[in-house]
Amino acid sequence: MSTPTTLFDKVWQAHEVHRSDSGQSLLWIDRHFVHEGSFHAFNKLAERALPVARPDLTFGIADHYVPTLARDLAGVADPKVRSMIEQLSQNTQQHGVTLFGLDDPRQGIVHVLGPEQGLTQPGMVMVCGDSHTATHGAFGSIAFGIGASEVAHVLATQTLWQSKPKVMRITVEGQLAEGITAKDVALTWIARLGADGARGYAIEYAGEAIRSLSMEARLTLCNLSIEGGGRCGMIAPDQTTFDYLRERPWSPKGDAFDQACAYWSTLYSDPGASFDLEVTLHADEIAPTVTWGVSPEEALPIDRAVPDPEQLSDPAKARQARDSLAYMGLTPGQKLTDIKIDRVFIGSCTNARIEDLRAAAAILAGHKSRVPGMVSPGSTLVKTQAEAEGLDRIFIDAGLEWRHSGCSMCVGMNGDLVASGERCASTTNRNFKGRQGPGARTHLMSPPMVAAAAVSGRLADVRTLTAGSDSSVQASGAH
Amino acid sequence: MQPITVLHNLGVALAAANVDTDQLIPARFMKEPRSVGYGQFLLYDVRHDEHGTPDAEFILHRPKANNAEVMVSRRNFGAGSSREAAVYALVDYGFRCVVAPSFGDIFASNAVNNGLLPAVVEEEEAERLLAALGDAPADIYVDLEQQLIRVAEVQVSFSISPVWRTKLLNGWDDIDMTRQHAHTITEFAAHYSAQFPWTAAQPPESAIISKG
Ligand code: SF4
Repeated sequence: MSTPTTLFDKVWQAHEVHRSDSGQSLLWIDRHFVHEGSFHAFNKLAERALPVARPDLTFGIADHYVPTLARDLAGVADPKVRSMIEQLSQNTQQHGVTLFGLDDPRQGIVHVLGPEQGLTQPGMVMVCGDSHTATHGAFGSIAFGIGASEVAHVLATQTLWQSKPKVMRITVEGQLAEGITAKDVALTWIARLGADGARGYAIEYAGEAIRSLSMEARLTLCNLSIEGGGRCGMIAPDQTTFDYLRERPWSPKGDAFDQACAYWSTLYSDPGASFDLEVTLHADEIAPTVTWGVSPEEALPIDRAVPDPEQLSDPAKARQARDSLAYMGLTPGQKLTDIKIDRVFIGSCTNARIEDLRAAAAILAGHKSRVPGMVSPGSTLVKTQAEAEGLDRIFIDAGLEWRHSGCSMCVGMNGDLVASGERCASTTNRNFKGRQGPGARTHLMSPPMVAAAAVSGRLADVRTLTAGSDSSVQASGAH
Repeated sequence: MQPITVLHNLGVALAAANVDTDQLIPARFMKEPRSVGYGQFLLYDVRHDEHGTPDAEFILHRPKANNAEVMVSRRNFGAGSSREAAVYALVDYGFRCVVAPSFGDIFASNAVNNGLLPAVVEEEEAERLLAALGDAPADIYVDLEQQLIRVAEVQVSFSISPVWRTKLLNGWDDIDMTRQHAHTITEFAAHYSAQFPWTAAQPPESAIISKG
């Protein structure tokens, strides 16, 4: 019998074109996504007058800079923003790369669109000049973010040099309780291990709780791998994965699908495969979790209070907490549920898929949001689907803006910003200083928790809210 | 790319943990062409107030700070977004080396691809260097061959992957290196597509399928 092998190693080995004397591997890349920010890489290619080696495996997506008020380039006030979107069209056209552009009915955030279109498949190696590329690992692929020099390298060669990371497994035992989402699982492990806790590792998520997650929830979990410093996050493909992929536009069809499925079914960590690090969580320890600081590791269950630096014995931790509390405008020891918010945002590649919108709408139905806010679906197809289900009405009736799809307020590149000093309950992935705009204060949480915050006007425990609500609110959730 | 062997110039202490790439360069500056020089955007929101007034106390606004080549910081430097612009901001400002107990993975490889040395030191060693540098630019010596850093009396060693060390010492560029393997890549691609034919991206017959 051959030595037991991890899922990660199986996929890695299948893509190793060459190994250098120094131990670096040249990896074959199955899918490469480029977006507006990839202009630096296209410029590097132009400097050397190199063609795109495999335009058929390269896909352009307009998401980071697109307007969300209207699908109209002429309406974009900032000429530099407009030029970013135009440059992507020009570069993809010049090199014969398929573009999912601003006015394409399939347009969406790259990490929502890839899976939705069936471009993301198990066993692949996938890259994109965006750190949340880890998302695609939910299908059992090795997917990771790269910088512009590496983007240029992949464009020129369809390969990438990589040192093999160590592999860790995060096992979540038991079943998640009602109201606990993949976002809570992610924030919990990141709070426990730290924002660099998985640095140098590829992560495999395993265990009963993970197996029970829907494909969309798995995408949320893998998406956040990078917030714990992981190189990538993976989940072994199973029936949930195969069912999701069947009949997607770019999925293999007919016999090819069966052939692919037979191979995909071999992609799991063999019993006895050894990991460099094993971490185990129990589902019943995981509560609805929110961030209070400026790093995703500064996260706590909603029924707790923000730390008091005076009570922390580790001087480095105390210093960091003091700095974070000051930026966030919070009082040491303040209860999380006493934190008033100024606005909400539901969107981003982390939490703007149809299930996310349904979960948020289930809480908001029949209620008014106490604060202004915005909902930006993860893709134009998600938007269409949500409108078919009437979710847009629920958001609009609650007083929130129903926008087009794009990265929007996750990063503010298109001008959708949180004002300085404002506090936003957000379904996004980064609570960094200034991430949602200069001086913006971000609290990360799941879509139902953002909805709960919206109806309460402060951070709130979704469990206490749903417990007291009538059944019609529950029913509109359409889980 | 300019090779690095020894740096002997000014160093600055940025005594903070988790200096993420959003801080290193706020997103709004990334639509500028590189030719404008990204150094002006480095840590922009950290060193200016909301009206754009520079914070005179900030280390990069101290006399001679614009000659600094080495930055020393705390753990998890360059975490977050894969934006290579964060490295451009450091490099265009004049930095050739960042010293920290840990780096964001993508930041570190972006750094090496732009000739910026990410030197990893123990947490206590970082604290000693920060203390030795103090709150003004000060003399620092970095030797990549010997893998050591010196500030006044404080001398510490740093680690870096041997592959990256070789690349930086020689100023090598990946694309040139890889193109020497062109033949191997072509052979691999043929073999791979025979073994995994479904990985070829087949454009769909009907473009749109919405599935909830
Ligand atoms: S939604 Fe945010 S995290 Fe996701 S791809 Fe866009 S900018 Fe990156």
